Amino acid sequence: MALCAVPPAPTFYTHTMRHLLFTLFFCLSFFAHAGIDPAVVKQLAAEESEDKIAAIRKLAQSAEPEAMTLLQELAAGTLKNDKGEEISINNRVRREIDGALAGLKLFDPDPVVRLKATREVAAKADASQAPMLAKALENERDPKIKGMLAEAHALATLKHADMNVRIAAAKVLAGSSDPNIKAVLKAQSEEANEAESLVRRAAFQAYLEVKDRMTFAETVGKIFSGLSLGSILLLAALGLAITYGVMGVINMAHGELLMIGAYATFAVQGVFRNYFPAQLDWYVLVAVPVAFFAAAGVGVLLERTVIRWLYGRPLETLLATWGLSLMLIQAARVIFGAQNVELANPSWMSGGLEILPSITLPLNRIVIIGFSLFVLVLVWALMNKTRLGMFVRAVTQNRPMAGCVGVPTARIDTVSFALGAGIAGLGGVALSQIANVGPDMGQGYIVDSFMVVVLGGVGQLAGAVWAALGLGIFSKFLESWAGAVVAKIVVLVFIIVFIQKRPQGLFALKGRFVES
Amino acid sequence: MRTPFIIRFLQATPKSGWIGLAVFAAISLVLLPMLHLLVPAGSLFHVSSYAITLIGKIMCYAIVAVAMDLIWGYAGILSLGHGLFFALGGYAFGMYLMRQIGRDGSYQSDLPDFMVFLDWKELPWYWTGSDSILWVLVLVLVVPALIAFIFGFFAFRSRIKGVYFSIITQALTFAAMLLFFRNETGFGGNNGFTDFKRILGYPITAPEMRVALFALSALLLMATLVLGRYIVTSKFGRVLAAIRDAESRTMFLGYNPLYYKLSIWTVSALLCGIAGALYVPQVGIINPGEMSTANSIEIAIWVAVGGRATLIGPVIGAFIVNLSKSFFTQAFPEYWLFFLGALFVVVTLWLPNGVVGLWNQIQETRRAAK
Repeated sequence: MALCAVPPAPTFYTHTMRHLLFTLFFCLSFFAHAGIDPAVVKQLAAEESEDKIAAIRKLAQSAEPEAMTLLQELAAGTLKNDKGEEISINNRVRREIDGALAGLKLFDPDPVVRLKATREVAAKADASQAPMLAKALENERDPKIKGMLAEAHALATLKHADMNVRIAAAKVLAGSSDPNIKAVLKAQSEEANEAESLVRRAAFQAYLEVKDRMTFAETVGKIFSGLSLGSILLLAALGLAITYGVMGVINMAHGELLMIGAYATFAVQGVFRNYFPAQLDWYVLVAVPVAFFAAAGVGVLLERTVIRWLYGRPLETLLATWGLSLMLIQAARVIFGAQNVELANPSWMSGGLEILPSITLPLNRIVIIGFSLFVLVLVWALMNKTRLGMFVRAVTQNRPMAGCVGVPTARIDTVSFALGAGIAGLGGVALSQIANVGPDMGQGYIVDSFMVVVLGGVGQLAGAVWAALGLGIFSKFLESWAGAVVAKIVVLVFIIVFIQKRPQGLFALKGRFVES
Repeated sequence: MRTPFIIRFLQATPKSGWIGLAVFAAISLVLLPMLHLLVPAGSLFHVSSYAITLIGKIMCYAIVAVAMDLIWGYAGILSLGHGLFFALGGYAFGMYLMRQIGRDGSYQSDLPDFMVFLDWKELPWYWTGSDSILWVLVLVLVVPALIAFIFGFFAFRSRIKGVYFSIITQALTFAAMLLFFRNETGFGGNNGFTDFKRILGYPITAPEMRVALFALSALLLMATLVLGRYIVTSKFGRVLAAIRDAESRTMFLGYNPLYYKLSIWTVSALLCGIAGALYVPQVGIINPGEMSTANSIEIAIWVAVGGRATLIGPVIGAFIVNLSKSFFTQAFPEYWLFFLGALFVVVTLWLPNGVVGLWNQIQETRRAAK
């Protein structure tokens, strides 16, 4: 199908022909005044498309703001020739105008517009734009835009007739971290595309530099998402590690305590929406203690009513807590509905931090990594610097002995269960900011957090930290070359194999144990 | 002179057990099939096809429950991955059922519909021979048992036990579920296998076929019970109980727990595989959801409700839980999870010996009160 010339129907504008004529003559005189060659403007009205295009190019290179107005009018079909007839344009000319307009925006006084225009031009810079880019580069003061312009200019001159210009362009492009430029440089370093060996070598050198930089950026990105996943796993597993260490019971309802934390966050958001809409941005901070105490309260309830009566029967505890988790899920469905609920990211947590042109780290994930560090420090201090922590550690290591020297083991059980549940609640606050909040959300984390506990070893904070971060980073790297599902399977198989070698986990408690 | 094996095998089940089995056989092999096939649909005594399918399904579950009881009740090993072996047996037989569809699928192709949909041109290598029922039955027997054997060997060799073992088995079935959810695995992905048409050329929905599968399930359940009785009363079963109660002491007496645990573990998985193979043609579908962790934990509650370390307990438990499930999911769907959750808690807190042990429990409480 031919892309035939369809001039825009000018009906919209024809009502005041005189006004338009006036505009044109006004413009003409105005441009003449501001340094635009009137001959060029006249050429716009030429019969042949070729002439029009040539005129448009000249206008584009003039880099005058008025050229932009003129071109916009031409594109809209409102520009008239001397005889007062509308200048018709076809699609080819239209494309040329669009390109020229984008180029002219490079000279806009507003840096935001310039940045946007630079991005657009840089994506498809070709040789014809080189002079314009050179001029823009000269005028530019903003260092960030200047860098991008230099890159775009180099890309445009990579096919220049002079080989020294080509080499210089390749050297400039070596500083880029754009996958397109990597491909262009690769092509330039091949014999089919470039005759001169010196240029080929320079291009190849530049290609390697870009490639290394991109690999580095990707690695940084993967490590970051691994850390982010690891911090979530850590928040989910810390509480579990404490309760399992102290009581030797696996709490299958642990994932539901995460869910309670997330729903508490949702409830706090609702309160803020209704009563303090102005402070809505800070609801997450209030949600932190609320979620902690909500989950801890449910934890105490579970411990006092069920788990307490099952001590010494870990397998039964596992089943009973599974039953509790089913009831909690159904309770959440009844109270909040089966659908996921909406939680808004506060404005100070949205957006990202650009550390390299190709990687932006989401702010909410950074906040969560920081938050889990904060929780970790808090738990560490509690376990190692307080009397309560000492009791907890004593019960973990040897319950009968701790009881003999006067540690109230039953109360320590309740408190440590509440603590573990509370930490799960905190994990729920973090999760609510990056994942869906729904009745089933806890189920997805239960297997993962057990894996962390199993891998890290029982009753060891350090073990949980290393296992969580290690698992997070390991699975993110696996994911990038094997896909998410395979990565998950490989991780699970890895843990099964790992347990063969070190049944006590990475960090086993030292000492001698007697099995019952 | 040693009594022949077959005699010892049959003698393991006491006389009262045989009477019970005979009653069960009369009901499940004669009475219910006749009431279904011969009594007209409008009659009060007619047993609907829904009831036949439901009871047949629960009998398959009961086989799984007995298998679970052998490993948990008698060897003290709680598996949270028995759903995997059940599903593997089901998938193995499902392959045969898929091939029996022939060209009656919606794409009229020799390949199963989901493969046509994925634009596959030929069957993957592991489907070789899946059109032969004999080979598929071999698969049903071998695949779950083999996987259990390999996994169990490594797990028991490094003496993983207690909650650790439970969690690892849970991870195993979770990983398998993820694997089967993938389309590339070649087992129908999300949707699994369904739309079965026939077995051995006979239509699968015919009342006669339904009754045949029902009777087969009943027979296998009875065989499982007799086998279970033999195992737990033999010397092997005694050693197993010793390992459950005091593993270190048993080792000091010169027994290696590895082979005892591994044997009962493999037998248990084998029984699950057979149950799965019988289950799939009766319910008409198998998908990766069967491998979900929740399903495997539910098996444990059947055993706990009925009574661990008894053989009849798991059967009763499977019937109680699954009949309540059908009742609740129809009458009060939103309360089913509350009921099931409460069942887990109540049984572990107050019914350590299940409903079978309830009578003894009441007697003991009375004696203690005096």
